[in-house]
Amino acid sequence: MVKQKAYINGVGCISPQQTIDNRLFLAEPVSVESTRLKAIDPNYREFVPPEMVRRMGRIIKMGVAAARSCLADAGNFPSPSGEGSGEGPEAIITGTGLGCIEDTEKFLGNMIKNNEEFLTPTSFIQSTHNTVSAQIALLIKCHGYNFTYVHRGFSFETAILDSLVQMENNRAKSVLLGAADELTTNSFQIQNRMGFWRRKPTDNLKLLDHLERGTIAGEGAAFFLLEGKEKPNSYAVLNDVEMLFHPVTTDEITHKIHLFLDRNGLKESDIDLLLLGRNGDIRFDPVYDDVIATAFPEVVSCGFKQLCGEYMTASSFGLWLASKILKEQRIPDTLFLQKKPEALKHILLYNHYRGINHSLILMSQA
Amino acid sequence: MARRVVVTGIGILSSIGRNLPETIDSILQSRSGIGKLQHLDTPHKKEFPFAEVPWSNDQLVELAQLTDSEGYSRNALLGVIAAREAFHHARLPHLPPLRTGLISATTVGGMDRCELYFNDFLTNDSKNIYIDVYDCADSTEKIADILHIRDYVTTISTACSSAANAILLGGRMIRSGQLDRVIAGGTEALTTFHVNGFNALKILDKIPCRPFDANRNGITLGEGAAYLVLEAEEAARAGKREILAELTGYGNACEAFHQTASAPDGKGAFLAMERALQVSGTDPSEIDYINAHGTGTDNNDIAEGVAIERLFGKRIPKVSSTKPLTGHMTSAAGSVEAILSILCLTHRLILPNLNFTTQMPELNFTPVTTLIRDIDVKTVLSNSFGFGGNNTSLIFKKTPI
Repeated sequence: MVKQKAYINGVGCISPQQTIDNRLFLAEPVSVESTRLKAIDPNYREFVPPEMVRRMGRIIKMGVAAARSCLADAGNFPSPSGEGSGEGPEAIITGTGLGCIEDTEKFLGNMIKNNEEFLTPTSFIQSTHNTVSAQIALLIKCHGYNFTYVHRGFSFETAILDSLVQMENNRAKSVLLGAADELTTNSFQIQNRMGFWRRKPTDNLKLLDHLERGTIAGEGAAFFLLEGKEKPNSYAVLNDVEMLFHPVTTDEITHKIHLFLDRNGLKESDIDLLLLGRNGDIRFDPVYDDVIATAFPEVVSCGFKQLCGEYMTASSFGLWLASKILKEQRIPDTLFLQKKPEALKHILLYNHYRGINHSLILMSQA
Repeated sequence: MARRVVVTGIGILSSIGRNLPETIDSILQSRSGIGKLQHLDTPHKKEFPFAEVPWSNDQLVELAQLTDSEGYSRNALLGVIAAREAFHHARLPHLPPLRTGLISATTVGGMDRCELYFNDFLTNDSKNIYIDVYDCADSTEKIADILHIRDYVTTISTACSSAANAILLGGRMIRSGQLDRVIAGGTEALTTFHVNGFNALKILDKIPCRPFDANRNGITLGEGAAYLVLEAEEAARAGKREILAELTGYGNACEAFHQTASAPDGKGAFLAMERALQVSGTDPSEIDYINAHGTGTDNNDIAEGVAIERLFGKRIPKVSSTKPLTGHMTSAAGSVEAILSILCLTHRLILPNLNFTTQMPELNFTPVTTLIRDIDVKTVLSNSFGFGGNNTSLIFKKTPI
């Protein structure tokens, strides 16, 4: 199999931070005292025709806006109205943990309230998990491969793997890869009753400072244009991704990491920065310390969920962050590093979702 | 040279049988699973027929051979039973040294519990054993734990083409060398949520569905689960497993026309079938049978029929929709129909499009209406289309022994 390099040639990110403007890079990080972080809504009319904005659920708006922002960033403007000249991506591959829960709740609520009568189909239509991918395809007239992954902490990772496989042997020249998850009052409340979130409001920027039960809820959408060719505005190379379902011991994890780096011609000590999915939850963070102690004793590491909160596709925010770090060759001050890495060539993102879905994403300087 | 992908195991549970032998028995007798609802409680149960799996959740717990059935949605129970059957049918060894994946498809996930207990989840602890089963991955992770699959576990949701896409993805992962073996398919339990959704769209037929009939008037919803064991050919041969068929082609296309409706010219269907033929290296004239998506809606059957006529020209293969047998099992439809298509290869059959009486004026071909036995079937194509214009076609071939 010919390994085709996948360059990240555009990014678009909507998150609880000021990320939709690609010129900014976390210079003024948003800090709130809360148990949940809300993504900052851009003016959606800049990205979606106004008559469509009114009908769309919030996750659809976030996804479509992040996708269009990404294509604009890459100088790739496929549009039915003829603006721009780009060809558009050949495939759209997305991940979402819970999908369009706002519309799902709306339809479910009306159904229960009205005893299954007098229902209109709009929220049902928009409740299917592939609505974000389908709406992007509709908007940019992309008839190519269109896939939606919906597997908790693997939703975005399996979308990455599929994108890389699509690009092998140059079968697809470009793939629009992305993830989106929304937080609603009810989904927050249900997950709160499941013990996911902190009991007391916490300053998000201090989330990782001391561990307790629970973390801060988050949401967001991030999209990436992958192309087989390097361009002047390339952010990074997306090298490889690996997953491990439900490991029982730390040895299983470090063994997997070793095999993963080895197949990419790297050693643990070659990693310049380890981006970790720490979320400040005492039940889940010690794994990261065990892995560092065993495999990466000398490697500089930092977390990112203090910026975006915890959600099933939070690793997509991590990938956005790593892309920016590799392109700009600097780490924003807000990430408080214990020491500065000597170089910024290789970043490994290690995340796990509730101890079950462990994933590794490897990226390199373009 | 890309690796060849073969099918070595099948597991299926639907309104026409709790396992593969019962399913074969039903199709040989053209026995439909469509009837009255017994288990799902909805005010619409008198209004529409359904193809419900005729066993209660308690009975399904027994069929699933669970030691601990706490926190199982109906969706997960159906999935576990069918995936386990596929695993045993292929006689897979436990904890195999090969890289094994599980790819499951669903759209409503554990909605069957969520719609009953949503208010409890928000306000009290009485139904907390089901509080974590809503999302699509819940049933997949339960199957992965039972079958000890660790390397690659994922769930896909592309509406009614989901399970066909699970098979497509499994094939691609094996061909590209990422995995050696994949258990791929889908599971979907009937819920009042999607019964009401399709009713709000006004596409449920009040009598059993009549695909490709001039008087068709919509869908009959069904439920169930079906999984295939896909393996790299060399792995299957090394393990001396029986090869049921080869997955030679697959194609996915997005119509980008409308969120729910198909383009009248069948563009998405055409592209998906054309891509599957290309990947397979198969000439349209080699296709012996098309298991159509054929939902029985006005819109789908015209679009799909027109696409078939455009692609196959004057030589249209035998075509039928098996949804009058099993109902439309939404996210599980793709793997159920892939299995029915494979059974045509292994059992020398062409399955009937039941409930057809009147020719559609828009189409020049007529579906097969009665079971054909002892017929040479070498290559079959199975279509599955979904919301968002997500269209998928799969091609299976009989493999020489």
